[in-house]
Amino acid sequence: MSTSTTTSAPIEATDEPQESLIKRILSAQSVWILGVLVIIVAFFAIAAGGKFFSAGNFSLISQNLSVLAVLGVGMTFVIITAGIDLSIGSVLVFSSVISAKLMAAIGGDGLWVVFVGVLAALVTGAAWGWLNGFLIAKAKIPALIVTLGSLSAALGLAQVISDGINISVDAESLTDFGIYTRFIGIPALPFVALIIVIIGGIALHRTKFGRYTYAIGSNEEASKRVGIKVDRHLIIIYAMTGTLAGLGAVLYLAQFGTTTIAGQSLTNLNVIAAVVIGGTSIFGGYGSMFGTVVGLFIPAVLQSGFVIIGVQPFWQGVAVGAVLVAAVYVDQTRRAAALRGAKKSGRLSKALGRKS
Amino acid sequence: MTPILKAEGLSRSFGHVRALDSADFDIEAGEVVALIGDNGAGKSTMVKALSGNLALDSGAIEFEGAPVEINTPSDATALGIEVVYQDLALAPHLDPTANMFLGREIPAKGVLGWFGFMDNREMRRRAKQGFDDIGGTVRSLISPVGSMSGGQRQQIAIARAIAWANKVVFLDEPTAALGVVQTRNVLDSIKRVRDRGIAVVLISHSMPEVLEVADRVQVMRLGRRVTTYKGSETNVEQLVGAMTGALDFHSGSAA
Repeated sequence: MSTSTTTSAPIEATDEPQESLIKRILSAQSVWILGVLVIIVAFFAIAAGGKFFSAGNFSLISQNLSVLAVLGVGMTFVIITAGIDLSIGSVLVFSSVISAKLMAAIGGDGLWVVFVGVLAALVTGAAWGWLNGFLIAKAKIPALIVTLGSLSAALGLAQVISDGINISVDAESLTDFGIYTRFIGIPALPFVALIIVIIGGIALHRTKFGRYTYAIGSNEEASKRVGIKVDRHLIIIYAMTGTLAGLGAVLYLAQFGTTTIAGQSLTNLNVIAAVVIGGTSIFGGYGSMFGTVVGLFIPAVLQSGFVIIGVQPFWQGVAVGAVLVAAVYVDQTRRAAALRGAKKSGRLSKALGRKS
Repeated sequence: MTPILKAEGLSRSFGHVRALDSADFDIEAGEVVALIGDNGAGKSTMVKALSGNLALDSGAIEFEGAPVEINTPSDATALGIEVVYQDLALAPHLDPTANMFLGREIPAKGVLGWFGFMDNREMRRRAKQGFDDIGGTVRSLISPVGSMSGGQRQQIAIARAIAWANKVVFLDEPTAALGVVQTRNVLDSIKRVRDRGIAVVLISHSMPEVLEVADRVQVMRLGRRVTTYKGSETNVEQLVGAMTGALDFHSGSAA
């Protein structure tokens, strides 16, 4: 700067200049992680050729990712507020049990049976999410503790209701939807997930709701002072996350035709890992929906790739763990430099009892 | 001239502590009034009371000559009163524009606005206008506030306050964390705000700053206003004497 500091320097033009837009894109964690994903895909494509790099394989990967993506949308919002939701896997199980029970009780295969089942899953999911949000926002219990509690309670209740035995779904219009239905060439599950991700991304990045989400994660006290209804906002976000877990329950019922009571114990951690790999800060205030999607693909692609090239798929866990820690380390160092001196008041860091 | 904001006999106790003991305050439009006093003299309590962040035990507040009740921060906001807090209350991950409009986003035109979409272009335009108005050194409207210097953050907080406060701005120790050059910028900003006809209440421990910008200096001690000086007619010794009680005034009846 050749101008003296006391004179007012002209502010950059109102519209974002091209250069800084490119700089901003390059500085986003999700872009670097996308690079990592591309390298992984390229590696397997070279190592395994057409077997890995085929439409069929990617269709399979996206099919398996659909439910995690739906859950990831809610989790991205939650983590950006500097919160955490460990309960989504259990809530999903609970919703699917209630939904399957109801559909079995009504019997038959009418569309309205499916409608009742879907509604039940969404409502029960929303109720668990609302309870989480209420306890976090109003009772001021750390999110980690609240959702650890509902993680245990929701799964326990689901087992009580189902006697711990999986319930199968006879409504073929639901299972057919999961297996055969296609929208513009895309299988139904990935299509639904895509719609949810797009809506979630727009809500997060383009609307007031999304901006308040960032603001609360960035500085909750400041958000309160400018009149944002922080408690209400948090409750809505947790309730939305619970509702999406309910939707995830419906999608799994459609995919497998049965509840998956024992199969969701790691769902919450897989989703959290994907969100964090995608560059969303566990301390809140920063993150993107695009990053979450990329973060979901990395474990899935690794899994599929290892299977195809004949490596024990267990290595996937090792690789994902390494990517997770490395991604957060790189991100943290880079952003510490950019946000020097910025006040951090993460809900999670408070929950863990240390000042960051 | 009627004071734009006037408080009489404000009292508030916290247990046995009388934080405000029948304190008075007044400020006119286009005037800088410094509020000084030792720690615990009641300055911050006074600001809280006048910005709707504190319930009073007794006392009356007049705004533009008419009695008003300021019970919540939004009451103050509705009157055109804004406060720049010591900790600035900015969201470090958001850019200056988002911070400036936080909680008051301009909705997008038409149907999109109903769904919560925002008119970012218009907000950036007005934010730029706001920063230009205070002649700040904020150069980027799209970088996160957390990456900016203390002085720039201070300017963003002040710009935000005066963008919404068309009547009165409270600045709670705005220069406490700043270097020489940045302090200079803030003081210049204060003068520019005053020149726009807005009343500025400056709380500061720095006597040279107070003497430079304040039209009047109101000294608080033990929860009450002990005296008022004209900024041009006082000096550091006198102010310190009034703050510490070395000069005794016997204003009002002894409790």
